[in-house]
Amino acid sequence: MSLRRVVVTGLGAITPLGNTAPTYWEGLQAGVSGAAPITRFDASKFKTRFACEVKNYNPDKYFPTKEGRKMDIFTQFALIAADEAIKDAKLDEEGIDKDRVGVIWGSGIGGLTSLQAECIAFANGDGTPRFNPFFIPKMIADSASGNISIRHKFRGPNFVTTSACASSSDSIISAFNYIRLNMADVVVTGGSEAAITESGVGGFNALKAMSERNDEPELASRPYDKERDGFVLGEGAASLVLEEYEHAKARGAKIYAELIGGGMSADAYHITAPDPEGNGVVLVMQNALRDAGISPAEVDYINTHGTSTPLGDGAEVKAIQKVFGENAYNLNISSTKSMTGHLLGGAGAIEAVACILAMQHNIVPPTINHFTDDPELDPKLNFTFNKAQAREVNVAMSNTFGFGGHNTSVIFRKLRD
Amino acid sequence: MSEIAEKVKAIIIDKLGVEASEVTPEASFTNDLGADSLDTVELIMEFEKEFNVSIPDDQAENIGTVGQAISYLEEHAK
Repeated sequence: MSLRRVVVTGLGAITPLGNTAPTYWEGLQAGVSGAAPITRFDASKFKTRFACEVKNYNPDKYFPTKEGRKMDIFTQFALIAADEAIKDAKLDEEGIDKDRVGVIWGSGIGGLTSLQAECIAFANGDGTPRFNPFFIPKMIADSASGNISIRHKFRGPNFVTTSACASSSDSIISAFNYIRLNMADVVVTGGSEAAITESGVGGFNALKAMSERNDEPELASRPYDKERDGFVLGEGAASLVLEEYEHAKARGAKIYAELIGGGMSADAYHITAPDPEGNGVVLVMQNALRDAGISPAEVDYINTHGTSTPLGDGAEVKAIQKVFGENAYNLNISSTKSMTGHLLGGAGAIEAVACILAMQHNIVPPTINHFTDDPELDPKLNFTFNKAQAREVNVAMSNTFGFGGHNTSVIFRKLRD
Repeated sequence: MSEIAEKVKAIIIDKLGVEASEVTPEASFTNDLGADSLDTVELIMEFEKEFNVSIPDDQAENIGTVGQAISYLEEHAK
């Protein structure tokens, strides 16, 4: 059986840089930081007191109050991004067989805000369990894909992938595979996360994974800078409509790009630390290139995982050099987490959207906040520091890696016959 | 209207997102006010919390309209 081709026909996003895909792109190419002091809760006693929040977010603008209250904020973000992508792809129009449209979403954590609120309410009570009947459906990660399908009546394959910060790259690859294997014609995919809560920030602080540069929040996410001190927590969502190529052509859909390959691997090393040799990361990029059937020389741009942690950034760069050899010097490399912060389970989705828009505009978004070279990193590599660069981007790769040692890599290419 | 009736109406308006004019004594939560099974559970819980009562499941099943909720709570509220 030959595999079917898969293209991208819709995009949506709600991010710390902008609450739609076009405004997200404006922020990316302008090199803006989404970081600022935390407003969602009183963080005065926390080691990290800033994050990349979605700005001016008012759920009542998007949902009737009663409906919004039944969803965790990570599901609200999912619906907002998915609605934009679905509208962009004109999927709600007559003539689409909704039995053949699936929803495969990604979230690393799910409804942390809801879990925390219910546990606090119980702890503050007299021991009588008064858990809200909507608590479980709000909290479970798959409520995102479930709610998207209910709203749009998509009755194809429906589930959520969870692999920490690789979650929404895994959802993209799953969607890709379901379409390739003829189990669906269209899949609304993407990912969302909303973990800027006391337990989210406190938990990541305890892992010593987050930047504590409280005096300069907007300068804190600085991948590949010698003075980097951890990631900056972000929140939001992005969505991609993936569609079988002939199906998209037949209905005259706008085609952004083709998804040509995906790779997965595991570090099998440590639950939170990256393998310093980057073996799992080498393997994942090799797997993705093989699946795409292209050589390393064909890749123009890598949107790296690059979270701004001391260990992770170096390991990924070392792996890129192993896989790409001399071709590594011809690449544009950038970590857009320098601007968006780290959306955890939403990272793969917003970075896939960044890759696709980079191809559409032939502009590589930058790695901002570069001040001091890291002597451990090869200075001949082009990290697209501080300013976006114009470049014909035909092939873009997006890497994401998650706690647990999950590695995922996807490759998009401009459409050609 | 009693104070209890006022509070019951306010809870229903808030939780079900309906207009005050719809919350008549005869109005059924599920047939008239758009509640599903989970909404009904949430309403009963809110009544328990607001009026400091515990409504056993077999009695909660008999509270299907605004009027039934008000008369149950007027009888049992502490």
